[in-house]
Amino acid sequence: MDIFLQQIVNGLTIGSLYALVALGYTMVYGVMKLINFAHGDLVALSAFAGLTIYTSIFSNGGTSIVAVITVFLFTAMIIAVVGVLLERFAYKPLRTAPRLSAVVSALGAGLVIQNAIMLIWGPNMKIFPSDLFPSTVYDINGVVITFTQFMILGLSSILMIALYLFINKTKMGTAVRAVAINQDAAQLMGINVNKIIMIIFIIGSALGAVAGLFIGIYYRGITFDMGWMYGLNAFVAAIIGGIGNIPGAMFGGLVLGLFNALISGYISSAWAETFTFTLLIVVLIFRPTGILGETVAEKV
Amino acid sequence: MVDNEILLEVKNLHVGYGAIKVIKGIDLYVKRGEVVTILGANGAGKTTTLRTISGLLKSTSGSIIFDKEDITTVYAYNIVSRGMSHSPEGRKVFGTLSTEENLFMGAYTLKTYDKDTLDWIYNILPRLKERRKQLAGTLSGGEQQMLAIGRAIMSKPKLLILDEPSLGLAPVLVRDIFKAIKEISINGVTVLIVEQNAKAALQLANRGYVLELGKITHEGISEELLNSTIIQEAYLGKKR
Ligand SMILES: Nc1ncnc2c1ncn2[C@@H]1O[C@H](COP(=O)(O)OP(=O)(O)OP(=O)(O)O)[C@@H](O)[C@H]1O
Ligand SMILES: [Mg+2]
Repeated sequence: MDIFLQQIVNGLTIGSLYALVALGYTMVYGVMKLINFAHGDLVALSAFAGLTIYTSIFSNGGTSIVAVITVFLFTAMIIAVVGVLLERFAYKPLRTAPRLSAVVSALGAGLVIQNAIMLIWGPNMKIFPSDLFPSTVYDINGVVITFTQFMILGLSSILMIALYLFINKTKMGTAVRAVAINQDAAQLMGINVNKIIMIIFIIGSALGAVAGLFIGIYYRGITFDMGWMYGLNAFVAAIIGGIGNIPGAMFGGLVLGLFNALISGYISSAWAETFTFTLLIVVLIFRPTGILGETVAEKV
Repeated sequence: MVDNEILLEVKNLHVGYGAIKVIKGIDLYVKRGEVVTILGANGAGKTTTLRTISGLLKSTSGSIIFDKEDITTVYAYNIVSRGMSHSPEGRKVFGTLSTEENLFMGAYTLKTYDKDTLDWIYNILPRLKERRKQLAGTLSGGEQQMLAIGRAIMSKPKLLILDEPSLGLAPVLVRDIFKAIKEISINGVTVLIVEQNAKAALQLANRGYVLELGKITHEGISEELLNSTIIQEAYLGKKR
């Protein structure tokens, strides 16, 4: 029982990170019908940028709440800017081009970011300092939650709830949904579609940046090509939940995280990826549009 | 209520899709307070004309003056706040948004939506009020058309552009829709309407234009057009 509950905690932790990253894929897909394959590499870039910011500004080390908040805010801002530039230069010129062109551009942009990370920070693994968060460990009836896990679960939940409220309860969020449904009609409402797309990239990239920092803090070892692995898992999570659907991405991320953790706990972590894709295939067989995928068709 | 001030003026407009020329030099105007209709067969270029006026398409030459301002090169999303609203062909309601959210999107350019306008819309299109929490994609075709019109007037426009509001609707609903448009016009909104239902459109309108293959072939006040044999044969289904 303990191992089960422990794996639930571990699964929700990694699942929250997948969910944060999956939101970036799903929002861009929802609005632009484009898979932003460079998104995973933004997550990796965030981990490296965050590490540099932390070590250069706070070289004296030691945990300070101010230091951590500064690192998160700065990094999220930088990655958001990179995300906006990515859209501006890699995707915007191809808005009216065939779908495949944008996909190729996305793959190319991902490679560019990956290689930029390698050129700046080198090909070897970098290690995150262990002192960003206190090393406190909470033991609840034999189930261990580290302070880092607690922060990941807490902040991810807050961000996801905030995003949900923004999308569903605000005028701007409703405009995002309107643009996702029909860009021409949205323009006839007076909505600036370019601005909405920019907002989508800012939010998606910033959420990915938070995930990238947490990945560094939680796993500590970061490599220039790690974006591929995290990106792929998050992408699968987005599809499982129903790509284009925001609650779906959150749900898919958590489901995939839990599933991975249980496979790792009871079978072997070597099998995790095999099972990930098995899960994907099973979901798609029974629910081709993903678990929470659109069921309300638009009348033509 | 019609005054002599011109609200919309289109001069020598040319529009095409790539190499295909669709609108070949048209002139038209709409006076403040008028209802003006554009008639024409399928493929004549009516939708293309309307989409160019509201800025979704850009003309290759010619000019569009709205409320004394040249809007020929202004983007669609910037034209709405100048007082023009376009309910597009095929309704294009936001299917996964509720009826009410669709209406709120209609008021996107206003700081907050206008409560009186909303009440007025619910008053002239009462079905929308009953359905306000329902997803727009689950509304009937007629209800969706009412929503498309309601949504378009939430921005409190000076000019309302309607592209085939009666398309595919049962006669009873067509009557309701035209009644609502009449009501909107009486309340001071200028209307430019494209319709397949030429008779209903001419009965509603002060003036009309006939568009054929991208050119205006006839124009005049509605009674003249209703009584013209050419129009009767081509658009009103009457035999000589
Ligand atoms: N996106 C497009 N690309 C190429 N040609 C187009 C496009 N849209 C319309 N056309 C062409 O332009 C011409 C005019 O089309 P338009 O939709 O303006 O006609 P319409 O008068 O509104 O017709 P209908 O009564 O069927 O709605 C048609 O020949 C049509 O095939
Ligand atoms: Mg048309």
